[in-house]
Amino acid sequence: MEIFGIPLQAFLGQLLLGLVNGSFYAMLSLGLAVIFGLLGIVNFAHGALYMIGAYVAWIGMEKLGINYWFSLVTAPLVVGALGVLIERTLLKHLYKIDPIYGLLLTFGLAQIAEGLFREQFGVSGQQYAVPELLQGATNLGFMVLPNYRAWVVLASLSVCLGTWFVIERTRLGAYLRAGTENPALVQAFGINVPVMVMLTYGAGCGLAALAGVLAAPVIQVTPLMGSNLIIVVFAVVVIGGMGSILGSILTGVALGLVEGLTKVFYPEASSVVVFVIMAIVLMIRPAGLFGKEA
Amino acid sequence: MNAATDSPAAVAAVPAATPAPASRMARAALWVGLAVLIAAPFIGLYPIFMMTALCFAIFACAFNLLLGFTGLLSFGHAAYLGVAAYTTGWLVRSANLSPELGVLAGTLLAGVCGLAVGLIAIRRQGIYFAMVTLAMAQMIYFVLLQAPFTGGEDGLQGVPRGTLFGVLSLANDRALYYVVLAVFVAVFLGIKRIVHSPYGQVLKAIRENEPRAISLGYDVDRYKLLAFVLSTTLAGLAGSLKCIVVGFAALPDAHWSLSGEVVLMTLLGGMGTFAGPVVGAFTIIGLQNFLADRVGSWINVIIGAIFVVCVVAFRRGIVGELNAWQQRRRGR
Repeated sequence: MEIFGIPLQAFLGQLLLGLVNGSFYAMLSLGLAVIFGLLGIVNFAHGALYMIGAYVAWIGMEKLGINYWFSLVTAPLVVGALGVLIERTLLKHLYKIDPIYGLLLTFGLAQIAEGLFREQFGVSGQQYAVPELLQGATNLGFMVLPNYRAWVVLASLSVCLGTWFVIERTRLGAYLRAGTENPALVQAFGINVPVMVMLTYGAGCGLAALAGVLAAPVIQVTPLMGSNLIIVVFAVVVIGGMGSILGSILTGVALGLVEGLTKVFYPEASSVVVFVIMAIVLMIRPAGLFGKEA
Repeated sequence: MNAATDSPAAVAAVPAATPAPASRMARAALWVGLAVLIAAPFIGLYPIFMMTALCFAIFACAFNLLLGFTGLLSFGHAAYLGVAAYTTGWLVRSANLSPELGVLAGTLLAGVCGLAVGLIAIRRQGIYFAMVTLAMAQMIYFVLLQAPFTGGEDGLQGVPRGTLFGVLSLANDRALYYVVLAVFVAVFLGIKRIVHSPYGQVLKAIRENEPRAISLGYDVDRYKLLAFVLSTTLAGLAGSLKCIVVGFAALPDAHWSLSGEVVLMTLLGGMGTFAGPVVGAFTIIGLQNFLADRVGSWINVIIGAIFVVCVVAFRRGIVGELNAWQQRRRGR
């Protein structure tokens, strides 16, 4: 069976790959949006934290015998703790000044992390084996579905929706949203805002690390995997607008799919298509698809 | 000279370190600097290094026009340097154009790219502006990577230096050095002139308080766009010159890490000061040159660490701190 002259299996395969990438975009842009909402900082280190997450899983597997399922928990915790440390020692000095300094500081941190991992592990990619439970593929009749990729999409979308639920539907989320609107007032009501800010940054970093662990078996683990991704995620964030959680999830997944489709029909453009879409969206709706501010 | 920051929207970040009438000491420092630059080939400073550093000084000055004097953070300035370097390289090598025409064409094309990106990017403010410029620069990077005439991963190698205006052979390092130095001095003075012009004053007003500039009736977007185009054009000039100097154009010229480096040069030297970006460029390029074969990947770590220290504790930069120290001394 063919679709527009392309074998259906190849077509759906690319689409699935797009969906996998899209779920990473969604998880990362979600974290960026939450951090930006509360801290007013665009976390350039997000890509580096994603990379560190993948490496923590890989090191755990190679050196300590920690399997994939444990890494799904330990890597976000390790990276989350690192995030808390960064917030306490560095970021907290920057809240009262222009947000560009936050971007620059986290850019510097990303450079440090990338340099350290390059020094330690070189630039060549490391393989991370797919866990036994998810190896192989399922034949759906119209296509063969690799189990691990299906799991990645399901897992990351569940995490995204879970995060959305916590932020939009729980009391904790209400504090968080209130903190985004007016931190001084929330503090006056007896909520410990600095601790909330610290934990939010840690959670955002943990989310990036979780994406890194999920990505490790699909792509090669390299020190550069984060910086290649973060710029695309920035474009995703600009397209979606950082105002809405659900918006950033949707935009992330949609752009992953668009990228996958481009890879099928016009592979040369697949690395720039997201940026082209960003330019078009900025022309039509400068605030982004889900953005609120003018 | 510091604007009153009574409005909450006042961009308190970019230090308004615009100097009071240049002190005698600062002016003396400038003259000494110029004298050293003129004497450089005779006091044993490696000419290729000096020329490269001067090119990056032009680049950083161009960038500072935008960040330091207009308050716009472009995180994709390497793209314009790269576009110009590739254009010049291709024209001089494959189309046998003379170096001055190659540089002119590269510079202009960088400005055209800047215009196209600027039209899109000025639709968003603040931090979004940075992200949009970064994303657009990444797009330009991919175009340079994949276009048929850019040599892919290898870049354009073996660009001849040629003969300037058909009379002055640039093969001689010393001759080329003085050409580059002349261009640098012209750019430095040109930027100074722009900043002190009425136009430059409006840019500063936008930096200090954009809503107020709008309410005073200035078409802020047009001012910002022109600043962006000027800055990208001059960044292109730096790229074209660098291509002639080193004889190749390659992907690192357009990579985002270079965009980060030019931010660091400006920040380290002192943004919003005239000499700061020059000091920053020489420091960073000197550091890279010195450490290149000694530390390997640690260079990234060191650059990153300088970044962090600058942002947390040293936001005025070297020249900014010197100015502040002098003002304190005078005030006493």
